[in-house]
Amino acid sequence: MDIRSPAFKQSARAALSDAQLQRALGNVRTGFIDKRRQAVDALPEFDALRDSAKAIKDHTLAHLDLYLEAYEAKATEAGGHVHWAETAEDARRIVLDICRAAGARTVTKGKSMITEEIDLNAFLEAEGIRPVETDLGEYIIQLRNEHPSHIIAPAVHLNKDQVESDFRRVHDHLPAARDLSEPAALLGEARRVLRSQYFAADVGITGANFLVAETGTSIIVTNEGNGDLTQLLPRVHVVVASIEKLVPTLEDASQILRVLARSATGQDMSVYTTFSTGPRRPGDPDGPEEYHVVLLDNGRSSMLGSEFQDMLRCIRCGACMNHCPVYHAVGGHAYGWVYPGPMGAVLTPSLIGVDKSGHLPNASTFCGRCEAVCPMRIPLPKMMRHWREREFERGLNPAAQRYGLGLWAFFARRPRLYRFATSLAVPALAAMARGRGAFRRLPLAGGWTRHRDLPAPESRTFMQQWRDRSAGGETAAARGPEGLA
Amino acid sequence: MSARDTILQRVRTALGAAGGDAARSRAVAARLAEAPAGIVPARGRLDGKARTDLFVEMAEKAAATVQRVRKPDSVPRAVAAYLRGRNLPAAVRMGDDPRLAAMPWDKVRALEIGRGAADPDDEVGVSHAYAGIAETGTVMVHSGADNPTGINFLPEHHIVVVDAADIEGDMEAVIARVRAGFGKGTMPRSLNLITGPSRSGDIEQTLLLGAHGPRAVHLIVIG
Repeated sequence: MDIRSPAFKQSARAALSDAQLQRALGNVRTGFIDKRRQAVDALPEFDALRDSAKAIKDHTLAHLDLYLEAYEAKATEAGGHVHWAETAEDARRIVLDICRAAGARTVTKGKSMITEEIDLNAFLEAEGIRPVETDLGEYIIQLRNEHPSHIIAPAVHLNKDQVESDFRRVHDHLPAARDLSEPAALLGEARRVLRSQYFAADVGITGANFLVAETGTSIIVTNEGNGDLTQLLPRVHVVVASIEKLVPTLEDASQILRVLARSATGQDMSVYTTFSTGPRRPGDPDGPEEYHVVLLDNGRSSMLGSEFQDMLRCIRCGACMNHCPVYHAVGGHAYGWVYPGPMGAVLTPSLIGVDKSGHLPNASTFCGRCEAVCPMRIPLPKMMRHWREREFERGLNPAAQRYGLGLWAFFARRPRLYRFATSLAVPALAAMARGRGAFRRLPLAGGWTRHRDLPAPESRTFMQQWRDRSAGGETAAARGPEGLA
Repeated sequence: MSARDTILQRVRTALGAAGGDAARSRAVAARLAEAPAGIVPARGRLDGKARTDLFVEMAEKAAATVQRVRKPDSVPRAVAAYLRGRNLPAAVRMGDDPRLAAMPWDKVRALEIGRGAADPDDEVGVSHAYAGIAETGTVMVHSGADNPTGINFLPEHHIVVVDAADIEGDMEAVIARVRAGFGKGTMPRSLNLITGPSRSGDIEQTLLLGAHGPRAVHLIVIG
């Protein structure tokens, strides 16, 4: 898909004034957070499981080459075909070759972020193969020619009246007078329309939540059942998975499953957790005759051993974006590429370059909620800071910002000069505010004051007040900093 | 160099690991061989009746319905009662699972039983669970000559028979059962953990039951 991350600021502004979007985003702010909280509170071992899940992925990543080899051996032994793809282009080509060999005209797809990352749908269509998304949310956005705005709730940016008008537009063989006012009616219609597609498809494509080295198994975790029909009914099943999806054993998958659904949707367990190992066995009455796995690198190996390695623990639960005030305000599309929210702000620069996505690690208040809820304990704010540093080192941020930071650094490295300068500036600003407590406009601060007032400082700096209080025997720290200057 | 070798080489370089490092290989081999269990929630360690009760409670929390019967012979009547109670036609689809086959289906008059892979028009499918997991109210079924996977997904109603003796407290115990049953490192083609009926929250985060899989999951617990 096109990279629109450089236009983050314009996209975010447009999103903030989009009434439909803002109404839809209200559902994220309430639903996900409460449901996760309830599920987590009901499991006393949740935090210990997070530590366990983190340790499993750290161990796997440290031995990834060996687990990949072990996985490949077991998957092959079970009759599967394992393909290796260095890049998105390679993965698309491999999938196309499998589809061509199967004589495919239609492929069904389970929900998969990795096939969004490699932009598989547009490629298959250009090659004359029709991809049909079968997850309800993915189906809706495919009808609208959009991309997911959330990694587990792809159509969370839409309201039901929008879905209704899309269904009326596309399902024009159905009676115009039908009642689609309730979500249940929309779901029922999608179910009926998609049923025939599963049987018509020659190839079914899914992602994987886990690949298990011990058994050569791929696991998908879903609620709708579409992923299962996608991998069950066509003659060929293709799994596309990035290399960091590996876990050593079934027990390891089980540990991470305990934190996955709770963090994502607040369920103790998703409805369908399906372990697939190879193609149909002799005597089996159903199941695919061919089973392929495309192992994709696409930038992961260069994150290994870097300060971004921890990001490879991500299990795509979406908790970080569900709890992010920036995501709540602008939604997922503003981020301009496949992965939105805090995990996208870290992963996107790793995959497409910080030169194209520098706004994303800057689109954070550093409130820390993402890290606080991450089941894999990924230090997302820290890694956003790493990207900001890289951006600065490479001279990618705007000149005014760089000049300002340089100026600040000059003073910050000279504490006496810094204190002297602030002891002049703070009373001056306080005087300028003339007791109003805030500025509505201030030269050089238009970026701030255009949207909100800038609080004016107290008449004395923090350091001065601290000294006074310490001298007076009062515990300044207990009172908290007033007039942070 | 093949894509495979390139990727593996890149991974090794990034990790600062040489190809033939014996200590790393040993660590991986040991982990795969021993498959250490991690943290098992306390609620997964219940026994006997408490375990079955938790299984029922969690399954109902996940919107499954549960019926308890005393012995396998009671299952066909329970299935018939379910169909009548929901005004469904007296027809079910099931595989050739020997545990189901041994039940007295002939005692239920006019029940039509379809065998083999599921058909898109089937309204009700019947499976026998390989195991149950109490901590989440989950049933585990697997593919095989006698167990078409489509029965779990295509019909609108999925009835799953679970023997209380097969209900384990936690997921790890079920994994151990699979290992004992199929052999270490070997799996059936498809192993399905099912927790309640299919659902979607994709339209305005409104939770709706009955997405692409069954609208209703009915568990018949024996014992």
